[in-house]
Amino acid sequence: MYELNYDLQICEQCETCDCLVNCQYLDFDLKSAKIEKQNILMGRDSKVLDECVTCYACEEYCPNDNHPFYLIVERQEEKGILPAPAPITKQQIIMMQPRGTITPAQVRPPVINMCYFPMLTGCIRGKLYEGASYIVGSDIFCNVMWLHFAKNSIIRERLPRMIDNIWSHYLRDSGVNELVCFHDECFGTFTQLATAFGIDVPFKSIHLFEYLSKKLDALQDQIQPVNAKVAYQRPCSNRLVPETQHWVDNIFQRIGIERVEREYDRENALCCGQVFRAHQRDELADDVQRRNLDDMQQAGANYCVFNCPACFFTLAEAVSERGIFPILMSDLCQLAFEKGT
Amino acid sequence: MSGVSLMKEIVEKLVKIVGAEFVSDQPEERYIYSMDPGTMPPREPDIVVIPGTSEEVRQIMILANRDEIPVVPLGAGLVLSGLSRALKGGIILDMKRMNRILEVNETSRYAVVEAGTSQGMLQAYLKKHHPNLKHSAPDAPPVATIAGNVSIHGSGHLSHAAGFHSDMLNGLEVVLPTGEVARIGSCATSPYWFSRAPLPDLAGLFLGWAGTTGVITKLAIKLYPNYKYNDVGIFVTEEAQLIPDILHRMTGTQVAEDMTTWMTPKPDWARGFLHCDINFGANTKDELIWKRNLIRASVQEYIDQKVAGFMPLPPAMKQPFLEVPARTLSRFADVRRGGGFEYVGAIMPVDLFPEAYKVGLEIADSLNVNYSLGSRIIGVNHCMMFFYAYAFNRADPADVERAQKALEETNRIVVDMGGIPWKAEAPAQKEIIRKMDPNMFDLMNRIRAVLDPKGIMNPGNWEED
Ligand SMILES: Cc1cc2nc3c(=O)[nH]c(=O)nc-3n(C[C@H](O)[C@H](O)[C@H](O)COP(=O)(O)OP(=O)(O)OC[C@H]3O[C@@H](n4cnc5c(N)ncnc54)[C@H](O)[C@@H]3O)c2cc1C
Repeated sequence: MYELNYDLQICEQCETCDCLVNCQYLDFDLKSAKIEKQNILMGRDSKVLDECVTCYACEEYCPNDNHPFYLIVERQEEKGILPAPAPITKQQIIMMQPRGTITPAQVRPPVINMCYFPMLTGCIRGKLYEGASYIVGSDIFCNVMWLHFAKNSIIRERLPRMIDNIWSHYLRDSGVNELVCFHDECFGTFTQLATAFGIDVPFKSIHLFEYLSKKLDALQDQIQPVNAKVAYQRPCSNRLVPETQHWVDNIFQRIGIERVEREYDRENALCCGQVFRAHQRDELADDVQRRNLDDMQQAGANYCVFNCPACFFTLAEAVSERGIFPILMSDLCQLAFEKGT
Repeated sequence: MSGVSLMKEIVEKLVKIVGAEFVSDQPEERYIYSMDPGTMPPREPDIVVIPGTSEEVRQIMILANRDEIPVVPLGAGLVLSGLSRALKGGIILDMKRMNRILEVNETSRYAVVEAGTSQGMLQAYLKKHHPNLKHSAPDAPPVATIAGNVSIHGSGHLSHAAGFHSDMLNGLEVVLPTGEVARIGSCATSPYWFSRAPLPDLAGLFLGWAGTTGVITKLAIKLYPNYKYNDVGIFVTEEAQLIPDILHRMTGTQVAEDMTTWMTPKPDWARGFLHCDINFGANTKDELIWKRNLIRASVQEYIDQKVAGFMPLPPAMKQPFLEVPARTLSRFADVRRGGGFEYVGAIMPVDLFPEAYKVGLEIADSLNVNYSLGSRIIGVNHCMMFFYAYAFNRADPADVERAQKALEETNRIVVDMGGIPWKAEAPAQKEIIRKMDPNMFDLMNRIRAVLDPKGIMNPGNWEED
């Protein structure tokens, strides 16, 4: 059930092995990358399986869309390689399990999927979300996070149920077939990961940034430019859907934001570091966070913009200590309407 | 003179000492002062008196001693094991008005306070006037008094670094049952309350005795640096037998202030897991990270084996675990509503952890009680206070009985295991006495007879059947 849609031959014939050569955390030249790749393909032990930091980036680097990251996770699980200690993994699995408390409810478009972030539902307010409904909770949690824990099995087990919950409890009977995903993780899950695993998604997903861009267009005459210099913290799950990246610049341009030029942005973005801590690699997390924050500061950012709530909760305090204001993309857009009120 | 007219006369005399406002023999006061939040049955005092000075306490003790009236010192009454109930009637001496903070010595890091000063008052005072200092606060509600807590060998947020709260005691002023006022420690000889050494250490005459040897009116406790940066790690495993070694390794780094463990069936994600909280502080971020790395390195072997690891908590989620006092136990205390809560705190060697944990689960399972288990490490793994907390609804007698049974059973098993129930209820004290070296108990009785010849101090405690 839900076999990974993956073509061995494509990798075997791949000349560039971008997935490993481009890795920001493991150091491979083309020759060693090919050896390790072959090991992974053949189900043999590989340094990659032991040391992968699960940043998702190889999903973006692969020019063939052949899901190198999902294969790494698949192999890790087959071999019982745990990136995080067993009790941490087990506890997280229980913590995030569906509570089974979902009840059918009528929703109106636009329906905003707040994933399992009930503390952020206050973001759905004002002109940008006029008339919107939101859905939230453990029973609709996208479950993509298990990629960080070598647990594709949990994704296979839970994701179809979550998709069905969204469809049968909210959208179908409300006559709605579009879902705006507040979080990149959900959008990446429904539009890219689900396809890779052959899981059907009966509704259309819209990335929050696309939604915001269009809203900003519609409300163009009411926008007061925010006039800020921002560093953007690109989340790992955006690696699954790099085609959505252009919306970031689109939004910034619409609300008068300058995206500072910095080293760790776009394809070279650094992980927020929280997953490294789950993997018990604090020193790596410290180093990555320090480099990232130094970079933001040196580039002269006065805001750090997040879309991923997990990145936000991880880095908010640290960026504030650098005198940089942490803010979610959605709230940044609100500033264009709330300024001076 | 009949009992009733004697009490009337005593009330009049007490009014002369402390003023009418601060004496009562009315049923409502006697009712309120008859109980604590634990399972021990209510016992009404005859009179409640609230002194304002050491001199008033002295006069009260002379009066009580003359007429052989029992006196029970009371702080906040939060000990939970019924130690400040008037088992033989008499006077409840509520110390809460004596709440002045008399001195803080910033350089030698100590505070001199009156006995009724609460944890919350001292904490707030230090925060405002001496932000670089803190005391070791217990997780009790902030109204708990400093003296009540020190006198029962309490423990708190600096107990890994500095031991029981009684170890942090520099000196005492006590009013003896016969009315003499004695100073103990350096303050007996010097204007400074800097330590109990090098004099003969008489403080032990008032520590662990459940108010049966005298009334503490003032005390000095040690203070410690209040770090600017603080962090917590929560180390998790499913294997109870690893815990003694994990704690041994972590405490061996000697960089933490407090180490506690917690095991609870709720929320779901906590059930079956053993959590060790390691709280540490530093003057700089770099120092904080250095300390974290030392702690981590001490247990790296278990991390590498993947059998244990630190919970990944973003900074905001660490806040509840950095709070002093921690609110979790207070919240659990009312989990059944109706405000009934009691725990067996067993002082025992850390080696006994796996057995202590197993026993806790078995008791909770067999008696179907709401439980929370955990421990606080005292000193550098020198021992631990392992707690078996049971919440119950006071308004439901069956629930109270279940909790009482669980506590009795726990006390018995703890003693058999080689542990000692801390701040033990009167029945558990008898259990301890049965196990105690008879010569120690004999010595206790001889000391009491000298200090309290008429046996008026909190009678019913530390007594055989
Ligand atoms: C939710 C919760 C959490 C708790 N956590 C902790 C914890 O982390 N650490 C801890 O140590 N305790 C803890 N406790 C237990 C208890 O509340 C504290 O130990 C508290 O400090 C006791 O102080 P008190 O003022 O309430 O003492 P009381 O209950 O008033 O008295 C305790 C004993 O001391 C005697 N006494 C009181 N004052 C004097 C005096 N002036 N002179 C002579 N004898 C006196 C009394 O007669 C009695 O025998 C907790 C309790 C609760 C409810």
